Parts: sequence; structure tokens; C-alpha cells
Amino acid sequence: MTNSETGLKERQFKIVGTRPLRPDGIDKVTGRARFGADMAAPGMLVGKILRSPHAHARIRSIDATKALVLPGVKAVVTHEDFAEVGADLQDVLENVMAQDKALYDGHAVAAVAAISAGVARKALRLIEVDYEILPHVTDVEAAMAAEAPVLHDDIVTSGVEPAPKTPSNVVHRHEFGHGDVAEGLAQADVVIEHDFKTAATHQGYIEPHACVGSVGPDGQGELWCCTQGHFWVRNTCAALLGMDVSHLRVTASEIGGGFGGKTTVFIDPVALALSRKAGRPVKIVMSREEVFRASGPTSSTAMTVKIGVRRDGRITAGEAVLKFQGGAFAGSPVDLGAMTAFACYDLEHVKTVAYDVVTNRPKQAAYRAPGAPMAAFAVESVIDELASKIGMDPIELRLKNAVENGSQSSYGPKFGPVGLVETLVAAREHEHYTAPLGANQGRGIASGFWFNFGGQTCVSLNINADGSVALAVGTPDIGGSRASMGQMAAEELGIGYDKVRTIVADTASLGYNDISEGSRVTFSTGLATIQAARDAIGKLCGRAAQTWGISPDAVVWEDGYARPAGANAGEFPPLSLAEIAETAAKTGGPIAGHCEVNAAGAGVSFATHLVDAEVDPETGRAKILRYTVVQDAGKAIHPSYVEGQYQGGAVQGVGWALNEEYIYGEDGRLQNPSFLDYRIPVASDLPMIDTVIVEVPNPGHPYGVRGVGETSIVPPLAAIANAVSAAAGVRLTELPMSPPRVLRGIDEAAANGKA
Amino acid sequence: MRYEAPDSIEAAVSLLAGEAGKARILAGGTDLLVQLRLGHVEPDLVVDIKRIAATQSITEEAGGYRIGAAVSGAVLGEHDGVRALWPGVVEAVELIGSTQIQGRASIGGNLCNASPAADSVPALVAAGAVATIVGPDGRRDLPVEDVAGGPGKTVLAAAELVESILLPARPAGSGDAYLRFIPRTEMDIAVVGAGVNLTLDGAGKCSAARVALGAVAERVLLVEAAAAALIGTPVDDAALSRLAEAASAACRPIDDKRGTKDFRTRVAGVLAQRAARIALRRAGRG
Repeated sequence: MTNSETGLKERQFKIVGTRPLRPDGIDKVTGRARFGADMAAPGMLVGKILRSPHAHARIRSIDATKALVLPGVKAVVTHEDFAEVGADLQDVLENVMAQDKALYDGHAVAAVAAISAGVARKALRLIEVDYEILPHVTDVEAAMAAEAPVLHDDIVTSGVEPAPKTPSNVVHRHEFGHGDVAEGLAQADVVIEHDFKTAATHQGYIEPHACVGSVGPDGQGELWCCTQGHFWVRNTCAALLGMDVSHLRVTASEIGGGFGGKTTVFIDPVALALSRKAGRPVKIVMSREEVFRASGPTSSTAMTVKIGVRRDGRITAGEAVLKFQGGAFAGSPVDLGAMTAFACYDLEHVKTVAYDVVTNRPKQAAYRAPGAPMAAFAVESVIDELASKIGMDPIELRLKNAVENGSQSSYGPKFGPVGLVETLVAAREHEHYTAPLGANQGRGIASGFWFNFGGQTCVSLNINADGSVALAVGTPDIGGSRASMGQMAAEELGIGYDKVRTIVADTASLGYNDISEGSRVTFSTGLATIQAARDAIGKLCGRAAQTWGISPDAVVWEDGYARPAGANAGEFPPLSLAEIAETAAKTGGPIAGHCEVNAAGAGVSFATHLVDAEVDPETGRAKILRYTVVQDAGKAIHPSYVEGQYQGGAVQGVGWALNEEYIYGEDGRLQNPSFLDYRIPVASDLPMIDTVIVEVPNPGHPYGVRGVGETSIVPPLAAIANAVSAAAGVRLTELPMSPPRVLRGIDEAAANGKA
Repeated sequence: MRYEAPDSIEAAVSLLAGEAGKARILAGGTDLLVQLRLGHVEPDLVVDIKRIAATQSITEEAGGYRIGAAVSGAVLGEHDGVRALWPGVVEAVELIGSTQIQGRASIGGNLCNASPAADSVPALVAAGAVATIVGPDGRRDLPVEDVAGGPGKTVLAAAELVESILLPARPAGSGDAYLRFIPRTEMDIAVVGAGVNLTLDGAGKCSAARVALGAVAERVLLVEAAAAALIGTPVDDAALSRLAEAASAACRPIDDKRGTKDFRTRVAGVLAQRAARIALRRAGRG
């Protein structure tokens, strides 16, 4: 049977959709798993990094003389120890090691390798850096002001006409949309406009960045590190050190969380540069303080959203202006925020304008659906208020405007089969939606969108002589993907899940794989795994044909067996995968399947979240009482890990919405670089997060898979803001909704009420 | 850095007195070890007091309890006698850190770390607890509210250490309670803390009260005006409102990453009032 909308065969799966143990599970719960900091090499030195205490300073000189004579110090490196790189990597290099200026509190300026951590720390204190302190700016709107200190003399705003002549902190102006917003707003019965702000947050991965780098006297290098993309790390480190890519082999460790934050390099090129100079392996492990000060948090933002609606619930126009600071270098995800802001809605008139701004903060890195959660917070808050203004159920209002198959997206392309309506309907039908609420409690709802990506992928599937299968993938496993890949390979080959062992291979063992990001792994590596399995099946059938002396075309593969295609092909007992594998040496040698692909056809995904919150009116403290995530997975390969992604997105959203915040002092220094004062939610802060998996298959994947890792963090900020605002009786437009801010909102509403 | 673990208080004092460099006392270590790891302190000598019997015992004394300085939150929390007599003190101690931290964190350490936000201290101050201090010149007693001099500083002389803390006897009709405000539910530092201890007479009027606030000044405050708002009243809503006002009026907090002045001042009143209601219930009302 074929689904008429997607064209996908409605296949009866045996292994896909079940919940087997993940191959890394036992190791992780027993402590055998090796994370970044667990790696060691003979003769290894300890690397430590000297970081700028200033938010913005010119580096007049660096003198390491005293450090180098300290016994036990083996090498000191500065920016001079790295290669010249092209424009595409200049910012990466400058972020790894400051050149003429330190651009944020925590910016690396030098590094030392020594025989112990104690000696390394002492050596750092002996490196003399002569700084000329410059005025700094950390707030996005302040950085856009004409009088703001300018970070880079070579950034002149692009995307505006006429082109400015002087440098500024505004890197680029983006614009997306279609129609005529003024015309649309003129048709509206109600128009609401609000300003919104969100603080910078950190991904909060529990494992700090860690690596061991080793470059031998022959110029051959090895690197072990925790990363979401070791192929990219290899290419980047090779470029920064001026090495041939083939001279550097990178192995990805187990990863203790990344969420987008481990898609770049900070310490890896430094360890390699130190090792090259010292002639011994060098290990660098960031402290938690370093992670906060000098890895890649997300943007802080200032946004304005204006939406008009008719009394019948039709949205007539939507407009947004987004300003994101992305730290000291270009590339905040403001463009993605602008593209996703209105992606849930089928609008005739829509326009989003986005400003990418640099400030004296660490360069932002990706954080799950980069840019989208903030934009959704602003848009979905206004949608919520519009629903209440026209007296319409908020799900009803969304359903009246939701995108469907064939809708023109707000950012350009037309959507194929999508599941937003299905998530809204499932949310409305969920018991949560009509459960009673008590005093000081409120319910919030919000929807969200993420593109999902495909990309370059390379997989090898080796059939062993005993009939077991070794599957080598090149995408680090950040969410249970080894289990999902094993399931897809087993499903396709018709063998048991336990017969397949999936590993993440090093960079010398496979062709290039893009980073595990963009919710791409289950989609792209899954697709490649299925293709590799089919490639192997073709070869297995060929060996069976050879054994039987018939044409390969006359052999089919069913449930793990090669069989003659029909009576005409001849009468032969079916040959199992194990039987064919056993005689492989005699029938042509090893049997393996491969796939190299630049995967296209990643299906977009939508989610709708329901949240109940309670606010203490005397302290402003918000508590999350109940949470339900409804999201389209296309096809859930391993439902437990899909649910885990849904729950994790909601939990990170709770932290972002309520308490997480980069707090800078007047001096431009980060005030809270620890988990004590950077408040991610603890287990007791959270209710059980309920999940509902909706499956609207993606026609671009053989099984219908859509990425699920990022969409789940798009609606929470808005859903929680809508719930807390309802509970507090006042619209809250600034994140985090920390108790002082909520209490101030309640006070202001009371004062306005009296006035 | 030298580590010593003497088994008598006299030996501990003489080690401290004999150290020319910087010395630190180690009880549970839940503050000291963090400071060491962060490089905030670099002592020449660390004296572990956990092997000294007097710092590890809980004994009845004059109708109250003497609690060794190194007694952990977990041990105190399982002591039925202390729980029954001073439930507010026990609940305050049990708020420190996590279950794991509770296995180590001590009442004496929490006091001597001298954080204005220490959870056990407002409850101890409200209880009228007295610290017994031993030094080269012998023993002396000091009310707990006088131990801290400012953030991270005690008034203890060189080579002095807190051996134990006495929680006094109390009349029937008494109750105490401690509440803290944190944005999360655990693993956090008090943005405001409030300890209330009160006694009702036979007619249901408040005959005695002590109110202490944490994290609203450079050290934990004993707020006499807040206690005065209760004493002599039936602790009705009017008295509780005056208590809240007096508590807020006593605050002189700072703006920092953990909270604002306005927020702390206001929430101090809210918490004092809520703690008083709990204390009232424990005193037998309602």
C-alpha cells in the first residue's frame, strides 16, 4: 500500500519502531565509556590556556620568557604558532587564539604545555601580556548605536543601501518575506506589536571540552577529542596548523552533550600546536569556568514583532525585526531566526528583517535550532495575545493559519507534506489541554518549526564471515544514533539487531562526513546506512546467484535470505546472510556495502507544546506543573530516543525561559561562569515531560524519517512565556522570566490597573 | 600544603598556633575543597577536625542539645531529639547542598564559612544558639550571630576554632521554622533566608520571639524590630504584616547576580511572615 500524499510504501517494520538497548548504554552506566577527558597517551603533557581578563583590549606584546625557563614547561604558543588561513577560517583562528586584540573576557591569548597541571598554572602566571584596555560593549542594541566602540575595523554593514562608508558592529542586514505588510495590516481588525528581549544562554553540556593532540617529528598528527564533527575538526585543525589533511587523524570520543556547542574548535588546534612544539602529546581539558567564558553560547536578542488578525482568526500580516549579537565575530543565527519566525503560518503578507551584530562576548556557537527559539518566543507570544483579544481558542487560531502541503513558506520555498496541523490537532485532543487549572496557574501553548538538514555522509557496512555486521558511520553519536543505525541496517538486511554493531569510525577510515548537526544524523546517516545495506544486499544476491549458477537478476532478498526470484529462476533452498558470508572467501572475497551521498530531501518538522505553570504572586517564582510535547518525527526509528529528544528540548527550554542567563558586569566580565549561578534546571524543578510522537512521513527518506533533535527546543520559550504570563496576569516579554522580573511585571500591571 | 588530622581539640589548637603561614580548618570540606580547587585559597596547613570526638557528637545538655562542629547534615537530620526540639534548625541544615553534600557538610563549617547566605545560620540565630570556641587561651562562648564579621570572615582569633554549638532548652508552646528563597528547587544559594523562633503563652500570646534574616546584609541579621512586632500579640494577620514590614526595613542587601536589592528586601518580608506561620503551627496553633 502506498501513502497517497507522500508516495512512501506503508511498510511493516520488524525492528524499526522498537526500543532495543543502545550499544553504548552499558559502557555509559558502568563508567567504561571514554569521554574526551578519559584519553591518555605516553609522555603526555598538560596544556593550559591564558585568557584575557579584559572584554576588549589591544595586545601590545606577549612575553613568555619567564614561563619558558620555569622547570617543567615544555612549550608556549601564541597566535604566531598558527598558519595563515583563508578568509573562511580567519575568525575561527582568531577565536582560537587572539591576534592583535582580545575581544572578550576569556579570549585565549597564549597557551602552555608542562609536565603537570600545577606547573602549567604557574607558567600561565609568568606570561606577561601588555594590554591596552579599550572600551567594550556587550549589549546588542548598545553595540548597534552610533557611538558604540567598534570591534573590527573591517566590518562595514552589508545588505543595506546605500552601503555605509564607516565600520560598525552591524555585520549584515537580512530580509525575508513576501507580499505587502502595510496592505495586510490594513485588513486586520486587531494589530498587536511588542518588543522582546532574550538573554544569552549556554547549551549547558555536562562534559567540558577535552582533547589530546599529538604531532610527531615526522609531521603526522593524531587528535582525540569530544566533538560533534571530527571530520570538520580534522580539516580545520589541519588548515590552522598548515598540515595536509591526510597527515591528521581525528578520533571522536564519547560525547557528554553538545547540542550544537561542539560543532567548532577551541582547544583542539592549541593542543596540536603545543604538541608540535613540545614533541610530546598534549592534553587540554577546559574547566567549567572556561566553558562558560570561552566556548560558544547562543545569542542574546532584541526583537520587535507586529501581527494583524481579522476577527475570524485569519492572520493578515506579520512583521518582525530581529537583532542578535553573536559575540565577537560575525555569524549570529539571526538569519535563521528571521526565516523561521513565521514559518508555521500560511501568510499572504510577511516580512522579517534581521541584524547580525558583534559584541565583546564569546563567539556564539550553534545551540539546537539556532535562532529559532527566540524568534518563536516573540511571534508565538503575540499570536497568543491576539487569540485572547479576539476571543478565539489559541489552537483554533493556529489551525486557521497553519501551513500545509503546498503552502508557500514565509522564507521562500513551498512546503511538501508537513505535520503542523497534525501536532495542533493532537495537542487539542490531548487530555492535558482541558485539564482544570488552580489559582495562580496558567496554560501556554506554542508551535515551532525547524528546517532539518541533510549533507555529506559516508557509511561502510562490512559483512563478517560469521554473519554479523560491522557498521561504520562518521557522524558522532549525540542522541542514540548508533542504535537507530543498527536498527535500520538490521531491518534492511533482515537480520537481528544484535547482529549489527555500529561504531563511529575515525577520519582515516571513511570519506568526509558533515558534522552531527542540523538534526541530520538519523535522516542522512540513516539514509546512507539503508543504501549501504542495499549495496551489500546486491552483492549478497550476486554471490548467491554465483553459487546457484543463475543470473544475479534472478535473485531476490527477503527477510535475510537470498531466494530465487521465481519458479523460472530455478529451485534452490534459500541462502541466509550468514551462509553467504561464510563462503565469501570462495565466492569473491569480503562483502561490504558502501554509500557516499550528499543527502537532500530532509523533511522539515513542526511541534506544538503545552505547558502549565504556577506563579507565586508574592515572590514572582514560576513553577512548571505539567508539560506535553507533540512533534512530527516522520518515522520514529527508536521511539525512546525520539522521546528523549522531545523531553530534552523542553527541559533546556525551561531553563532558558525561567533562569538561564549570561550576566555581564559593568567591566564586561562574565559574572556567573559556574553551574551554581548559571541556573540550568535540576531534576526536582521539572515535572515528567509527556510526549506524543506524530508521524507524517518524509518522502525524502526511505522510511519517512524527519530530524527530531532541534524542533523540540523551538516552542518552549514561547509556550512557557504564555503559561507564566497567564498565571501572572501580565504579558512577559523578556527572558529569562526570573523571579525579580516576574514580580516587577506583576507590580507594573497592578500599578497600571490602578491608574 | 600540609594536612593534619589531630584527635584532640588541644592538638588542633596547637597545630594552628604553630603555623607561621596560612592555615585552614577542614570539617566537611564542602566549602573549603571548592575554594582550594578554584585556587581561591592556598593554605600552607589544613587541619581536619573530624577525628576529634567532641566535634562529632550530639549530646543532651540542660534540656537542649550540644552539637559537634563537624556533625554532618545527614547525621543531624536523623537525630530524633534535635528534630523534635528544633525542627526549624534541622530543616535549615538539610537545605544545604544535595543528598551527597549532606553526608559531609557540617553545621560548624556552615557557620564559620561566614557566608551571609548560609542556610543554617539564620535558623541558629533565631534559636539563640551559642558557639563554644576553643583557642590558645581556653574556651569561650559566643552567640552565633556574633561569629561572622562579614562575608567570609569570622571574629575568631588566630588558632581559635568552633568546637560545638549549643541549642538551648525551650519552653512548651514554642516553634521555629526556616525558609529560603531560591529560583530553583535545590542546589542553589539562598537569595533570601528567614528564620523565626517564637513561644506562645497559655493565653496564645507571643511571649518571646527571635527573627533572623540571611543574604540581605554583609552577615546574617538578628532583627529585633521584627521580633518585637510579634511579642505581646496573638500573632494575628496584623502582627504578621508588621513583622514583614520590620523584616524588609532591616534589609541592606546588594544587587548581584543572584538577586536585586528591591527583590531581596521585599521577599525577606514575605519569607519572614511565611516562616512565622509555620513556627506558629509548630508552637501548637492551628
